[in-house]
This record gives sequence, structure tokens and C-alpha cells, in this order.
Amino acid sequence: MKTTRRRHLAAATAVAAGIAFVATGAAAQTMTMAVGAPVTSLDPHYHQLSPNNAIADTIFDRLINEDHRSRNQPGLATEWRAVAPTVWEFRLRPNVRFHNGNAFTADDVAFTLQRLPNVPNSPSSFAVYFRPIARIEIVDPLTIRFHTHQPYPLLPLDMTNVRIVDKETVENATTADFNDVRAAQGTGPYRVVTHRNGDRIELERNDTYWGERPGFQRVSYRMITNDAARTAALLAGDVEFIDQVPTTDLAKLRADNRVRLSETLGLRLIFLGLDHQRAPGENSPFVTDNNGQPLGRNPLRDVRVRRALNMAIDRNAIVSRVMEGAAAPAGQFLPEGVFGHVPGLGAPAYDPDGARRLLAEAGYPQGFRIQLNSPNDRYINDSRISQAIGQMWTRIGVRTAVEAQPWATFIGRASRIEYSTFLIGWGSNPDGSHPLRNIIGTYSRERGWGASNRGRYSNPQVDALLEQSLTELDNEKRERLLIDAMRMAMEDVAVIPLHIQANIWAMRRNLEHTARNDELTRAQDVRPAAR
Amino acid sequence: MTVYLVRRLLQALLVVLAMSVIVFVGVYAIGDPVEILISPDADQLERERAVVALGLDLPLWQQYLVFLTKALQGDLGNSFVFNEPALKLILQRMPATLELAFGAMFLSILVGLPLGLYAGLRPDSPVSKGIMAGSILGFSLPTFWVGLMLIMVFAVQLGWLPSTGRGDTASLLGLQWSFLTIDGLSHMAMPALNLALFKISLVIRLTRAGVRETMLMDYVKFARAKGLSPARVTFVHVFKNILIPVVTVVGLELGSTIAFSVVTESVFAWPGMGKLIIDSINVLDRPVIVAYLMIIVLMFITINLIVDLTYSLLDPRVRLESKGT
Amino acid sequence: MSDATANGTAPATPRKDKVETPFRRFVSEFCESKVAIGGLIVFTAIALIAIFAPWITPQNPYDLAQLDIMDGRQEPGTTGGAGFTFWLGTDDQGRDMMSGIMYGLRISLTVGAGSALIACLVGASLGLLAAYAGGRTDSAIMRLVDLQLSFPSILVALMILAFLGKGIMNVVIALVIVEWAYYARTVRGTALVERRREYIEAAQCLALPTHRILFRHLLPNCLPPLIVVATMQVARAIALEATLSFLGLGVPITEPSLGLLIANGYEYMLSGKYWISFYPGIALLVTIVSINLVGDQLRDVLNPRLKK
Repeated sequence: MKTTRRRHLAAATAVAAGIAFVATGAAAQTMTMAVGAPVTSLDPHYHQLSPNNAIADTIFDRLINEDHRSRNQPGLATEWRAVAPTVWEFRLRPNVRFHNGNAFTADDVAFTLQRLPNVPNSPSSFAVYFRPIARIEIVDPLTIRFHTHQPYPLLPLDMTNVRIVDKETVENATTADFNDVRAAQGTGPYRVVTHRNGDRIELERNDTYWGERPGFQRVSYRMITNDAARTAALLAGDVEFIDQVPTTDLAKLRADNRVRLSETLGLRLIFLGLDHQRAPGENSPFVTDNNGQPLGRNPLRDVRVRRALNMAIDRNAIVSRVMEGAAAPAGQFLPEGVFGHVPGLGAPAYDPDGARRLLAEAGYPQGFRIQLNSPNDRYINDSRISQAIGQMWTRIGVRTAVEAQPWATFIGRASRIEYSTFLIGWGSNPDGSHPLRNIIGTYSRERGWGASNRGRYSNPQVDALLEQSLTELDNEKRERLLIDAMRMAMEDVAVIPLHIQANIWAMRRNLEHTARNDELTRAQDVRPAAR
Repeated sequence: MTVYLVRRLLQALLVVLAMSVIVFVGVYAIGDPVEILISPDADQLERERAVVALGLDLPLWQQYLVFLTKALQGDLGNSFVFNEPALKLILQRMPATLELAFGAMFLSILVGLPLGLYAGLRPDSPVSKGIMAGSILGFSLPTFWVGLMLIMVFAVQLGWLPSTGRGDTASLLGLQWSFLTIDGLSHMAMPALNLALFKISLVIRLTRAGVRETMLMDYVKFARAKGLSPARVTFVHVFKNILIPVVTVVGLELGSTIAFSVVTESVFAWPGMGKLIIDSINVLDRPVIVAYLMIIVLMFITINLIVDLTYSLLDPRVRLESKGT
Repeated sequence: MSDATANGTAPATPRKDKVETPFRRFVSEFCESKVAIGGLIVFTAIALIAIFAPWITPQNPYDLAQLDIMDGRQEPGTTGGAGFTFWLGTDDQGRDMMSGIMYGLRISLTVGAGSALIACLVGASLGLLAAYAGGRTDSAIMRLVDLQLSFPSILVALMILAFLGKGIMNVVIALVIVEWAYYARTVRGTALVERRREYIEAAQCLALPTHRILFRHLLPNCLPPLIVVATMQVARAIALEATLSFLGLGVPITEPSLGLLIANGYEYMLSGKYWISFYPGIALLVTIVSINLVGDQLRDVLNPRLKK
């Protein structure tokens, strides 16, 4: 009964807002944007997924926000520090209200964190961010302390992943209540007016937002998953802003004076995984000799072979020809300026002759055959990149067949370690520990490492450095450990890094956008252009 | 008649059952939904939790039993992705697809029948040859490509029609429909045409073939000999006879139009159930796939039943009960 | 009555009252349409190109070692690193479009014709059986048809290709499974009408064996709609293969068919690199149109009821 009345109230408010909008008649006050990946839920803790996080950022706030370069910025917390090795203290922003008028306090923070592991049926939950916390202590309404099981330097990073909800509204709410808008009451720059699942979300400015005033009275946030259709919608003027601009349209859009682009190097590395699971004397599933017979050994366990394959790739050609410049050749996971970037470790130089020599040295003067597996609907130009690598490897004598599949089929097999070599991507959090722990660290359920280590690379020295870094609270020391670990893994060619993608948005000339390296497309980053 | 209907319904039930088994095994063969849905940086514990949360930790046959038990109570399960009842998700998207499909069928009859009739009655005129050439083009071009060309020409170059989406909707019977508003209709024009192109060609060819055959039939010759007006011969005698294959195919195609609107919907970002199913396949959202296919199967069975009934009404020589000799 | 008998036997049994053989008769009737002859000539040329592609193309577009991405997206008429001219330009991988199209024709034709033929055989037999046998057999087959038609082809293909992996043969299998039901339903629909006609009753009275009635009397009279459907299905098979490739489910990416070439190139349409998608599109169109022209005329010739 109460619910129904509230819903009526919400509907009435929406209608009133609509009338107000019509009355002012400010058509220019509405901005229509189209995103390429559908939002699956308005519940910010239901599904750890970029498009959901992007819309959650528009509606909610985090304790620690990240700016466009992924640097920590005060969000709902104004300051934070470790007051003891296992205690983090956060001071909260005063006078903040949720969209429904409720005041924001430490209770809401505590409630939010406790909710993380308890969202029913979540296909990918936020529980990991609650797990290191042993106890939450509310010091006063605007001060909160997190007691961790052991020294935990990554807590601030974790807090940049958690959007804060209103305890009173959400206490008895389900994910469906968020999708029906009722529970989707945040403190963020825009509030939700209507939500049409998988189609569009209508937003309205939060006039009492604590931060910078949002640029538009109303925003229509639409989902157009077909790349070409999205570009066409922008060119036709049906939408004013799009994300995930296909690289194939870049040349055309750059030449069109009705639109402008906003771009920045992202945090997503495209790389090749290699089979480290099969012992040096075993057959790798998709490696054979030149006659298609089993080789009797796994050449990928020989670092010389891995280096040869690495050197044989002309990254500049891939970036300029396949990616049309929308990427930077890479020799490691993180771009410059991000915590844990290894200084001086550039992309490996293209050297096909050196690669052939190394192959001969390793006992493969005639090369061998290999199959490169690849998704074809996941990363920008994924199957094109794989074919280009096929060409390059074939030229040094490693005859390469390329098999590109939809992600749905590809990823299951990759996770069962069925491939010899495969193309995949990794979007890092802005901290060196993130790729190390997930991709390079030895697969271990107990430690929670290497869950995405689909080549099963394992190096005890790298593991030791990583282990040490995970409890090191001194950031300088911690970064040194991470840099050493990453350098070691890259010199051993644990994986073959290819390039880091650029994130590209396109908009009509009358708009401006702050490009983010974390790929999130958020309404508050778009503003009317200064004239 | 009643016996016939009951038997058809029982058969339908069997088909639905068989279909759900196939989908279960099929989705299982394609891949692991958790691998696709899980955040890449989730650790092993979180992965195990997700597997349990989605009920995928049980052996496949147990998962199927759980599904069956719930299905008998009218619950087809919650979407893995949206955590909402699969049926609700599909029904929400259904009006969009239905109006697109009916729009396309309407267009195909409206355009295809007269053109086919003309081409059949005057097979040697240049106009007829043009019509037939056009119909060949109509089903030669891949749908996705035509869709994109339509957008390029009418939305981007000429700016006459909106490129994508559904536009304004109006409420009828508690559902949202685009065809009730001008804006909605303008959004519908291109996707409906795109979807109809193939059907138009089909109707033209079927009609023409039917007309040409019927014109040579004795009873038509007789009707002409009797001195009936050509119009009466055409519209009463010929028309009635060619309606049978056209009705069959159009009826059949309505179902397939709905089932195959996938490509058109994804090119035009039309938020119908075709788009939902392709998205669901991409993330292996099994409850939605199963529920969608169940609905489609039921729809097909109904359509086929109606077609068979219409058959018997249009052509008394086909009798429903007559099985065997 | 005499008319019905003539109908029933005309296409199957040789006519003794004419000097010409049925084949000659067929040829002369086919040649009545100049457009159809044109279609046949074009189609023959296409088939020859497809068969002899490996000997006449300047490049083997399926050999990655012969491609160079530095030659990628070259305009028609450019000369590449290997020294020959790309008369129709190159795609993103530096694949010569002309060679690619000739090889692609091989695959599209194999897939289209192969799947249509097999699907037609399977579907028509089952459809005939359903119509003639009736009862349980009919219901079983028709419910199978319902089941089949209710699956979106994309899902069927996704499942089959997940089971079997990619490849031309697997695409053919997927297309057969997708399409046989259309033939079955069409044949059954017509056969239901035909089997009530006098000539079948006459044949039954003569106690001819079932298979003889099915294939020599019933089938020929079901042919006209079957040929309409078959010509459309060849076209449809080729287009469907293109769509599957467009969705990333068709032939291997390193051995593109016409459909995959179009799909690869269509992303470049907006940026003005029309040739990557345009020329394979034209090749596809010409192929399908020529098949259909021949099919149209075949239908008119084969149709017993159109005999004057």
C-alpha cells in the first residue's frame, strides 16, 4: 500500500516535472546521448559492468570519485587516511541530500557496504570490496572507520568502485525496485525520471547537487548497440553524443565539421595469452609441426620462442593500419602516469630477422604451425588484429591459422585453457596490482589470484613481489614492488602486449566532453560548448 | 473438430517440451554464462558464488527439473542479466516487435499483391518484367546491408526519416505503440520496409505464379467463355484460387518475420524482442532464450493451426479430419 | 478427365506421339526467353570463374603470407607491394578484392547450392510423405516442422557452429537444418490438394506401388511451387550465409565468402571506402539474379499446368 502511494507520488512528480519542462519550452536544455553497451540494471550493486557503473555514476556518488585520468578526488568523503595499519578513516561530506530529500550520513555508507555481498542473483557482485573489511565503526554521523583483517593499502581504490545508496530507501528494496526507479535515489548530478529497460533512461538535473552544476535540464540516455547505426544517428542529428566510435568511421567524422571528437588513451590493454599450462615436453592443443603432426613439446614454454613471437609483431603497423591511430603500441599493462607503470619499458621493437634467429636458436629453424584464437565481437577490431598478427607470424615461419569466434563461445573455451594462444583484453583499475594479481599471478583459489590468468603463467619470484606489495601501506615502496614484478613478468614474456586502446566519443559541435580513461560514458561529463 | 483441436494442443505441448530440452543442451554446449557475465576482476570465490546464485552449480538435468517444476507454476525463471522475470522482459518488448511485423506484413500485401496480380495478368509487358526484376533484387540483398543503405540514404543523406529507435509511443490497451503517433510511424517506416522487402518479393512471385496457372485452368476459361467481365473473372475466380498459397506463406511468414526481425531490430536499434534475444544469446541468458523460444513456438503452432483452418474454409477439398485414406 | 490424366503423366513419361525427345522440347522451351539465356550465360561464366579461381587470380587471398596490412584499404587501381595492381582495391587486411571475390564466389556457390539441394531433397521427401501418409506420420513431421521453423536461424546456427566449430561444411549443415522445413511445408501444402485429384485416385485404383505414386505422379505436380521456393532458397541461403558471417558465425574469417567480404567492408561504408563492400555486393547480386532468372524460366517450362 505504502509502495503504491509512493509510486503514485513519484509519477505525479514526474508529470509535474514534465509540465514544468514544457512550460519553459527550453528545447536546447535537453541533451540526447547514445551509448553502445546496454545498461542491465539501475541497481548500482547488482552487476559489476562498465555501462552499469557509468549510469550509476550519473545517479549516485562514491566516497572517492575518480577524475578523467583516474586520479582520486574527494567524493562523498572529503578526506581519508589510515589511522592505524588496519584502520581506514573517512570523513564524510556534510549537507548532502539524496534525490528524495533524505540526508546523507555514515549510516548510509555502512548500509551500502553491508549490502554488497547480499544482492540476490547477482551475476557479478561487488562483494569483493566488502571482503577485506572486518568491522565498520561509525564514529559520528560524518565519520566512519573501516577495520580490515590485515593491512590493506587498496581500500581507497576499492571505495572508488562502490556507489553509495540511501539506507532508508533501499533497506527493503530489491533490484527490481531500482529498475522501477523507486529505489534509484542517489546523491549524484542527475536523477532518473523514467527507465525503459535496454532502450533508454530519461534523466533530470539534480538542482541541489553538491558538486559542479550539471550542464542540462534533461538528458535522454539511449542505447544503440549497432556501431554503424550509432554513428548514423549522430550524423542524422537524432542524437547529439555517442560513445564507442568505431575506428572505421574516424576518418569520416574527423572531416565532418558538424561533429567533434573527444579522445584519450584508456586503461585497456589488448594482448595475446600464451599456453604456459602444458609442460615443455607436452603437446599444446593448437601447435603442430609444418606437416600438421604433433610436435611432442610445447614451444611456448621456451622463452626464446615467446620473445621471437613478440618481436615478430609490428605494433606500429597494427596501430596505424588496423586501429587507424586509435591506440598506442604497448609493452606493459598500464600507460604512463598511472600508479605501477614501469618506466622505460616501451613496446618491443619490430625485428623479424631477430625473431627468425631466436626461433632457429630454440630449435625451430623451419618454424611450426599454430592457431591463434580470437573473439570477433568483443574488442575494437579484434578479429582484424588477429589476422594481422597471423600475417606477421607466418612471415617468420610460424604458419598461423586464425579462428575468430563470438565472445560467448570464445571465453568459455579460453577459461578451460583449451587454446595455445589467444587474443584478449584487460581493462585495468589504475593500480599496478590489478593486472598483476588477476593476469600474471599464479592461479590460486585460496589467494584469489590469477582468476583471469588463462595461460596459467606462474613465476614464484613475481608472486613473491606481488605478495609483499599487497600489505605494504607505504605507497612509494608499494609502487617499486609492483614495478619490479611487472618488469620481471614482461621480460619473461608472460603475455604478449599489443596496444592500449584509445577511448573515443563523438558529439555535435555545440557540445563539449571530458574524455575519461576508464571508458565510462557519463552524462555529467558532457556540457554545452563554450561559445 | 474438438478432438482435432485437442490433439493439436497435445502435440504443441510436446513440441514445447522438446524445444526446452534442446535449448538447455544447446546453451550448455555454447558456453558458460558466468564466464560472460562475471566482472573480469572477480576472483575464484566470487565466480563460485555467481555460479551458485544463478543455479548453475547443479547437474544439467537437475537444472532442467528445477526449470520444469517452476514452469508448471507459470514461472519461467529470472533473467541472469536483468534479474527480472524472463516472461515480463519479453512481454515488455513484444508490442514493439508485433507492430513492426504486422507493419511489414501489411506493406508486403499492400505492395506485393497488386504488383503480382499485374505481372501475372500481363506477363509480357515491360512493366511486369520490371516488377519481376525488382522482386529478384528484393530478396537478393542481405537484410543488414539494405538496412544500412536505407539509413545512409534516408536518414543521413536526405534527412527525411529518423535513423534509429522507436520514437514517441501512445498507450492502447495498457501497452505502448508507435503506430499511433506520427513520430512513431516515421520511426517505423524504414525498419518495416526493411523487414517487408523480402516478403514483398515473395508475395509478388507467389501471386504471379498463381495467377498465371489459374488463368489457364478450365474453369477460368469457361468463365471467360461464358462472357463474364474480365474484372469479375480476375477478382472472383482467379483471386479466390491464388489466395490459398498466398495465405499459407503469408501466415507462415508472419511467424518467421517475428522470429527473424533480429537483424532489422539490431540495425535500427528497435527495442523489440528480436533485439532482446540476440543480446540474450550473446550473454547466454538462458531463461530469456528459453522463454522467448517457448513463446515463438506457441505462436507458430497457433499460426499453423489458423492457416490449416483457413485452408479448409478456402478449399473444401482439404478436410481437417481426413488423415490417411 | 482426359485433361487430368495428361497433367499427371506429362513431365514424367516420354511422349510417344511427338518426334522430339523431352529434353529437346525442354531446351527449346527454355530458349524462348532471351533473358533466361542471358542469365544462364552469366551464371555459367560465374561458375567457371569460381571453379578456376586458383589459376586466374593474382593472389591467393586465403594465404596470410601473401597479404600485407600495409596494402590495406587501397583504392581500386593501386599497385601494391607484391607488384600487381589491385583493380578492385583491397580490404583492411590488404587482400586483393578481385581475388577475394573470385574465391568468395566458390564458397558462396558451394554453400548456397549445396545446402539448397540437400535441404530440398530432405524437405520434399518428408513433405510428400506427410501429405500422402497422413495420420501420425503427418502430425509427427509437421510438428517437427513447427519446431524447426520456430527456432531463429541465428540460434540454430550458433548452436550447430558451437557444436561443430566453424567451416564451410558446418555452415551447409546449419543452412540445411534451417531450411528443410520450408520445402517440407510447401510440398505438403500442395500435395494435400493434389492427392485429392482424379489422377492420383486413378493411380491408386491401378494399385501402383506407393513410391511410384509419390515420386512419379505426386512429386511432378508439386514441382512448380517447389521450384519457386528452391530458387528463392538458393538466394536466401547465400544471403543467410552472408548474415551469419555478418554476425560472426559463418565461414572462417581468413577464408571469407562474399557475405563475409560484404560484412567486413560495410563498416567502412560511412567513411567512403565503398569498394570493400560494394564489389562483393555486386558479385553477390549478379550471382543471385542470374540464378533466379534461370529458375524463373525453369519453373515456367516445368509447370505442367502452363502447357498450352
